[in-house]
Amino acid sequence: METMNIVVLIKQVPDTWSERKLTDTDHTLDRDAADAVIDEINERAVEEALLLKEAHGGKVTVVSMGPDRATDAIRKALSMGADEAVHISDAALHGSDTIQTAKVLASAIRTIEGVDLVVAGNEATDGRAGAIPAMLAELLGLPQLTHARRVEVEGTEVRVERETEDGITHLAAELPAVVSVGEKINEPRYPSFKGIMAAKKKPVTTLGLGDLGIDPSEVGLAAAFTSVVESAPKPPRGAGERVEDQGDGGVRIVEYLAAQKLV
Amino acid sequence: MTNAREVERQLPSQEARDLLALTSDIASRELAPRAAAAEERREFPRDLFGLLGQAGLLGLPYPEEYGGGGQPYEVYLQVVEELSRAWLTVGLGTSVHCLSCHGLATFGSDEQRERWLPDLVGGDLLGAYCLSEPHSGSDAAALRTRAERTADGYRLSGTKAWVTHGGVADFYLVLARTGEDGPKGISAFLVDGGTPGLSGASPERKMGLRSSVTSQVVLDGVEVPVERRLGAEGDGFRVAMAALDAGRLGIAAGAVGVAQAALDVAVEYAGQRTAFGRPIGEFQGVSFLIADAAAGIEAARQLYLAAARRKDGGLPYGRQAAMAKLVATDTCMRVTTDMVQVLGGAGYVEDYPVERYMREAKVLQIVEGTNQIQRMVIARSLIQR
Ligand SMILES: Cc1cc2nc3c(=O)[nH]c(=O)nc-3n(C[C@H](O)[C@H](O)[C@H](O)COP(=O)(O)OP(=O)(O)OC[C@H]3O[C@@H](n4cnc5c(N)ncnc54)[C@H](O)[C@@H]3O)c2cc1C
Repeated sequence: METMNIVVLIKQVPDTWSERKLTDTDHTLDRDAADAVIDEINERAVEEALLLKEAHGGKVTVVSMGPDRATDAIRKALSMGADEAVHISDAALHGSDTIQTAKVLASAIRTIEGVDLVVAGNEATDGRAGAIPAMLAELLGLPQLTHARRVEVEGTEVRVERETEDGITHLAAELPAVVSVGEKINEPRYPSFKGIMAAKKKPVTTLGLGDLGIDPSEVGLAAAFTSVVESAPKPPRGAGERVEDQGDGGVRIVEYLAAQKLV
Repeated sequence: MTNAREVERQLPSQEARDLLALTSDIASRELAPRAAAAEERREFPRDLFGLLGQAGLLGLPYPEEYGGGGQPYEVYLQVVEELSRAWLTVGLGTSVHCLSCHGLATFGSDEQRERWLPDLVGGDLLGAYCLSEPHSGSDAAALRTRAERTADGYRLSGTKAWVTHGGVADFYLVLARTGEDGPKGISAFLVDGGTPGLSGASPERKMGLRSSVTSQVVLDGVEVPVERRLGAEGDGFRVAMAALDAGRLGIAAGAVGVAQAALDVAVEYAGQRTAFGRPIGEFQGVSFLIADAAAGIEAARQLYLAAARRKDGGLPYGRQAAMAKLVATDTCMRVTTDMVQVLGGAGYVEDYPVERYMREAKVLQIVEGTNQIQRMVIARSLIQR
């Protein structure tokens, strides 16, 4: 492989520090209620793409589907060092489910020529479906290497250490491919002020559904395969469990933690 | 506290908003978690200045063509405020570093700037500013360090005092006497940290700001080539004072940051601590302390920003800078004292950071011209002689 043409998917999500809620009307995420930030896992995806670019040369294009203010997340990725961006923004996309989202992202990725690798986070902190990378690979007809904690490219092959609850698996595939990364993959860099200044001049292509040849009736809340019929806020925290120490306190705490799958 | 409440700022551009977001991110993730323990152990966080340098935060007010950020003071100072809010040692250190670059950036010849400014403002080098001496602080023009002419430059001998980053800096702006007594006999030199004869004494043991190294710097026959003199012979005091006008704005911004940090803690505490069956924030005696603190902080912030905008607009701003330094640091002292009061006993112990903020506030009333000297500067500019 001479140089790599890498696409990174990023999503703007409500800051996990702020209170997140669903709208009363259609049970979709109330995106105006919370501070919006680039999803942390996506920062890791961007970082991994940048590391691959630094090692092999090439280009990193950020692809994001989201409302107008997703430009903030896109700018952050560009200031970290990504080269250009594609922003898919269309009012008709509101309430789209994962399958529709994957289709839209696949169409957008097809507008970019000669993609070698698509990097995504394995799951966003808002929807937490964790299905987009797999769906996308299917739609693009590419191999999927998900839950990566390590990514290596050699020649035209990508190798991944996949880590899940079941353990570690070593995967390899021919490029082009779709890789999704997990929390442990890397520590994302901070942008530099020079990066912030440079980001202003980097090309961002904004695409609507028309540009992608997608009929608005195929996407959005009305056409979604899944629908949320009811939602309730998380109940307030309970009183907690009390362990009376009768000489076996330590053991019982460990038992409790083990039952919660925390140790 | 990872999720510091965002201060509502008015910033002139998208890049400035992104810069402040980057600063808050670094401040909350890298500075704040380390501050308390490092201050207790008097550990100088040199690595964090490296991080700031890589992020481009050590040269913000200097021209882009020399590797700086090309940012107005209005923006740069708010960065100093955010850094100081997380850790004064780092915020003040950034301000002192920029102070040390001021002489070269403002009084250096084109050739001098081209040669050295990119190193000073574009990377992670750290600067120090050496004006004070053991016997001369407020009366800075009484300094005794000598710079004697040699065949190809100067030989510097004397002892500088209270030098922030003394012994750990990569370069020093040194004021030394080349001629007559008084302000007209002083010249400014840019000296490399590694120059033979230059050494830092052991750090002062301070009441607060303990992680920041403050020490005497001994100059024992330090050879400095003539091209490292900034401005003409005898211009040194002007170089030093111009840097201080700008530097005072950095102290004001740092003071606002520390006061804001104290307020943040007190606000949170007042909502949670109960007495007589109610959150203490519901008692007027407590809530008015908080209201006065918030109002004072905002007034101080707007005062340093007003002075900064004058500077950015090319207007004289020395008097306004002195006012901002005076008001912001006095406000910081009052606010941090009051926020200790809001926390009661908890405020007086090291489990909460407010006692540390109170100790840090004090130094800001002393450095870069004591607040008496600020009043002198203000009054002199008003009363014609
Ligand atoms: C932590 C720390 C860091 C510092 N960093 C630096 C640095 O990086 N570089 C540097 O050059 N210096 C630095 N200083 C020195 C600082 O600028 C001086 O301490 C300050 O200018 C006061 O000088 P002095 O300590 O000699 O006090 P003095 O000048 O001896 O003053 C003692 C008291 O007399 C008052 N006073 C003096 N003259 C008058 C007057 N005319 N009218 C009314 N009152 C007066 C003062 O306000 C003060 O209250 C630092 C000091 C500290 C504590």
